[in-house]
Amino acid sequence: MDAILIQLLTGLAGASSLFLVAAGLTVIFGVTRVVNFAHGSLFMLGAYIAWSILVHLPRAPGWHAAGVLLAALATAGIGALLEIGLLRRLYRAPELLQLLATFGVLLVVQDLTLLLWGPNDLALPRPSWLRGSVAIAGARFPAYDLLLIGIGPLVLAALWLLFSRTRWGTLVRAATQDREMVAALGVDQSVLFTTVFALGAGLAGLGGALALPDGSANLQMDLTVITDAFVVVVVGGMGSLPGAYLAALLIALLQAFGVMLLPNATLVLMFVVMAAVLAVRPHGLLGRALAPARGEAQATALIRPASPALRGLGLAVLALAMAAPFLAGPFVLSVLTEALVAMLFAASLHAMMGPGGMASFGHAAWFGIGAYAAALAAKGLLMPMPVGLLLGPLLAGAAALAFGWFVVRLSGVYLAMLTLAFAQIVWAVAFQSDLTGGDNGVLGIWPDAWAQDPRVFYALALVLCAGGTLGLRRVLFSPFGYALRAARDAPARAEAIGLWPARLRLAAFALAGAAAGLAGAVGTYSKGSVFPTTISISRSVDALLMVLLGGVQTMSGPIVGALAYTGLYDVLIRATDLWRLCLGLIIIALVLAFPQGIAGAAARDRTA
Amino acid sequence: MNLTRRTLLAGSAALAAPAIARAQSPSGPIRIGEINSYTAIPAFTLPYRNGWQLAVEQVNAAGGVLGRKLEVISRDDAGRPQDAVRIAGELLNEEKVDLLAGGFLSNVGLAISDFALQNKRLYVAGEPLTDALVWQKGHRYCFRLRPSTYMQAAILVEDAAKLPAKRWVSVAPNYEYGTSTVKWFRQLLAQRRPDVSFVAEQLPALGKIDAGATVAALEAAKPEAILNVTFGPDLTNFVRQGNTRGLFEGRSVVSVLTGEPEYLDALGDETPPGWLVTGYPVDSVRDAANTAFIAAYKAKFNEMPKMGSVVGHALISSIVAGIIKAHGTDTETLCDALPGTAFDTPFGRVVWRAIDHQSTLGTYVGRTALKDGRGTMVDWRYVNGATVLPGDDVVRKLRPA
Repeated sequence: MDAILIQLLTGLAGASSLFLVAAGLTVIFGVTRVVNFAHGSLFMLGAYIAWSILVHLPRAPGWHAAGVLLAALATAGIGALLEIGLLRRLYRAPELLQLLATFGVLLVVQDLTLLLWGPNDLALPRPSWLRGSVAIAGARFPAYDLLLIGIGPLVLAALWLLFSRTRWGTLVRAATQDREMVAALGVDQSVLFTTVFALGAGLAGLGGALALPDGSANLQMDLTVITDAFVVVVVGGMGSLPGAYLAALLIALLQAFGVMLLPNATLVLMFVVMAAVLAVRPHGLLGRALAPARGEAQATALIRPASPALRGLGLAVLALAMAAPFLAGPFVLSVLTEALVAMLFAASLHAMMGPGGMASFGHAAWFGIGAYAAALAAKGLLMPMPVGLLLGPLLAGAAALAFGWFVVRLSGVYLAMLTLAFAQIVWAVAFQSDLTGGDNGVLGIWPDAWAQDPRVFYALALVLCAGGTLGLRRVLFSPFGYALRAARDAPARAEAIGLWPARLRLAAFALAGAAAGLAGAVGTYSKGSVFPTTISISRSVDALLMVLLGGVQTMSGPIVGALAYTGLYDVLIRATDLWRLCLGLIIIALVLAFPQGIAGAAARDRTA
Repeated sequence: MNLTRRTLLAGSAALAAPAIARAQSPSGPIRIGEINSYTAIPAFTLPYRNGWQLAVEQVNAAGGVLGRKLEVISRDDAGRPQDAVRIAGELLNEEKVDLLAGGFLSNVGLAISDFALQNKRLYVAGEPLTDALVWQKGHRYCFRLRPSTYMQAAILVEDAAKLPAKRWVSVAPNYEYGTSTVKWFRQLLAQRRPDVSFVAEQLPALGKIDAGATVAALEAAKPEAILNVTFGPDLTNFVRQGNTRGLFEGRSVVSVLTGEPEYLDALGDETPPGWLVTGYPVDSVRDAANTAFIAAYKAKFNEMPKMGSVVGHALISSIVAGIIKAHGTDTETLCDALPGTAFDTPFGRVVWRAIDHQSTLGTYVGRTALKDGRGTMVDWRYVNGATVLPGDDVVRKLRPA
C-alpha cells in the first residue's frame, strides 16, 4: 500500500514535468498550426541557460527561482527571434513545411550547444534544500518532487487565466478559430503569433530549467524530449491545455506503475497508450476537429503529366544513371545505390502524403519491415536474394494494410502521430525480439554471388528502385490516382459520385507501405546488415524531409528531394565536423527560398 | 616523448630491429580509416579523438612506422550503422586506407565488422563492448580492444561475490549492453554464490529513465545489494533520486563503468561513496606508463584524460605494433601477425589474443569516494583482462568462426 502511494506521488511529479514539456508545444500548435520540431531544442537551451545562470547565483531558493525564470525569459526571447526571423515567412507555405524549417533549427542548435557548452554533461550542484526529502508512508519522498507536483497545475491555471481572462488571450483564441476573420477585424496577427511563439518557447525553457535539479543539461535532451512532448500533445488533443495535463497524468501514472509490473515495457508504453487513445478518440482526449484554416486550404493545382521538356530531362537523367556503372568506381556506385533506395522510400511516402493527403511520421516502419523480411528470408530461411526482395514489399504491404485500417480514419497530425506510434511498436519488437537479433541486428545479408559486383547490384537497384518509382507515378496518373486526389480535396463530393474515400486511402497506404518495403529490402542487401535503427524516428524524419525538400505537390518532388538530401548529407558529413550546423542552415535557406520545395519552385517558374 | 619510443620499441618486441632495418620503402604514409560517433556521443568520443591524435603525433615524432608517416582519416558515423557502412566503403575505395578502426556503439561496430568480413579487410574496433563482436559474430578480420560486456561483469563479480548480500536487484538501460551485462553478472555471481537471488529488475529506456519511479520500484523490492548498469545522463538522474530517497543507504552497490571520468565527473559532490565500480582513477594512478601518458595528454590538451582517451591512444599503439610485426600493411599478413602481438598502453602491456581477437586490456576496479567535492576512485587495483576471460574451450564454443 505504501509503495503504491509513493508511486502515485512519483507519477504526479512526472506528470508535471511532462506537462511543462508539452504545454508550450500545444500552445504554439493551437494558434499557429506550426508543428515545431525544435521544441526539444528550446527545452535543452532552457536547461543549459539555466545552468549558466544558476552556477553564478547564490544557492538560496529565492535566487534559484529568479534564475529559473530568467532562463525561461531568455528562451522566450530566442523563440521570438525564431518566429520573426524564420517561421513568420512560412505561414502561407504548404502544411508541414514549418516542420522542415524547425528541423533545420534543431540541427543548428545541436551544434551550437556543443560549441558553446562543450561535450560534457553539466550537472548543477544541488544545495541542501534541493536534496531534502519529506517522510511519507515510511519512505523518503523528494521535496523538490512535491514542489513539481504543485507547479504543473499552477502553470496550467496561470495559462487558463491568461487565455480566458485577458484581451490578449481572447484575441489568441479568436485567431485559433478563424485567423482570416481576426485579421479582417484589424488585429495585428504578426504580433499575436510572435507573442504566442515566445510564450511556447518560454514554457519549454521553463521545463528545461525545472528539470535541471533532477539531472543534468546534456546534448541528448532535445531528441529525448521531443517525442514525449508530441505524444502528450496528441493524446491530450492538439491545442488543448487541460487535455495536455490529462494526457501527461495518464502517461506518467501508467509509467510509474508500469515499471513495477512490466519493467521491459519502458520502450513502448507511451506509444501503446497513444495508439489506444487515438483508436478510440481520433482527436485525442479533449481535442476537437479543427476547422480548416481558410488561408491555407488553397485548392492545390491539378497535377498534369510532365511536359515534353521535363520528360526529356527525366530520360536524360535515367540514361546517365544507366551509364554510371561504366563511369564510376565502387564507392560512387554505393552512394548512388543508396540514393536510389532513398528515392523509392521518399516516393512511397509522397504517394500517400501528396496525392493521398496523409502525412506520416512513421514511414520507416514499412521500410524496416521490408528490410527485416529480406534479412530473415536470407538468414533464417536461407533463401536466395530474389525471394528476400519479393518478401520485403509483400510483408510490408500486408502490414500496412492491417495497420492502415486504423490509420485512414484519422487525419492531419493525428494520423501522422498514429503512424509514429505503430512505427515505435514495430521498432520495439525488432529491438527486443530474439528473432530479429535485438539491437545487434541481423548481419551477413549480402547479395547472391551473381550480384555481388557493385556494378551488377547497382543495375539491379536501378531497375527495382527507378522501376518502383515510375510504377508509383504511373499509378498516381491512373484513374485510381485521380480518385485518390478527389477523396483528398473533397471527400463529400467524391463519395457523392460513388467513390469510397476510406477504401481509396487504405489502398494508397498499403501501396506506399509495399513500395517502402521494397526500398528496405534493396537497402538491406546493399548494406549487408539491418538494425532497429532502420525503423527509428530519425529514419522516418529523413523520408519526410526528402519529400518536403522536393515539394509535396509535385510528382518529381520526392525524386529531387531524395537526391538533394542524400547528396548534401553525404558531402557534408565527410567535409566537416560541423555538418549538422551546415545541413541545418542549408535546409533553412532552401525552405525560405523555395517554400513549395525545390521541384515545386521549378514547376512554378515554368508556369509563371 | 619517452613514451613513444618505449611504445615503439616494446611493441615491436623481438622483431623490432630487423623490421626497422628492412623498412626501406617509404612509399607514402600508412593510412588508418577511423570511424566514430563524434556528433552523436561527443562526451565519450571527443576525449577518445584526443587520445588517438596524441598517439599519432607521438608515433610520427619518433619517425613513423617502418619509416613511413602514420595518417588517420577520421569520419563521423552520426551514430547510424548504415552510415558507418557507407563511410567504410568510402574510406577503402576512395581514401585507399590500409585498414579500418574505431566504433563506439555496438551496432555500428558489428556493421563495420560485417563489412570488413565481406570485403576481407582488417577492422580494429576500439570501444564497442558487445560480446558478439569477438564471439558469436567474430571472424578473422575483426579485433576488439576494450574489455567486453562479459569482462566488465566478470571483473566486478570477483568482489561482488565477497559481499554478504543475498537479495539483489538490477537496473540497466534497455538495450543489448544493459541486458547482456546483467545476464553475465547474474550468471557468474550465481556460480560463486548459489545462495544469491535477484528479486527485481528495472530496464529504463536509454536516455529516458524515469528515475523517481525506477528508484521507488527498486526500493519496494527491499534489496540488500544493487547492480547498476546505467551511465551518462541516466546515471546522474538515477543517483540524484537515489540519494534523496535514501536508496543507497545501508546497501551495497555494484556499478559498471561508473568510475570512468566521463561518468564520474558529472556526479560531482553527489557521488555516492563506497560503490564497487570499474573505471579509471586518473587522479591517483602513479605508475610510469600512466604518468607519462597523463603528462603528455595534459601538455597537449590542457585537461585530464578520460577512459576514452586511453582507448584512443591504445588503439593506435595496437595497430602500429601489428604493422611492425607484419612488416607492412597487407591485410592477410596483418591478420596473421596481430594475434599474439603485444603492445604498450597507458594501462601497461596488452596482447591481442589469438583465440578470439580480444585484447587483454583490462580496467581498474575500486570503490567510489568523495574528495574535495568531486567523485574519485579509492582502494583500486588494475585487473588484467586476460585473467577474467573464460577458458579456451568455452570461448571456442562461443565463437563458431
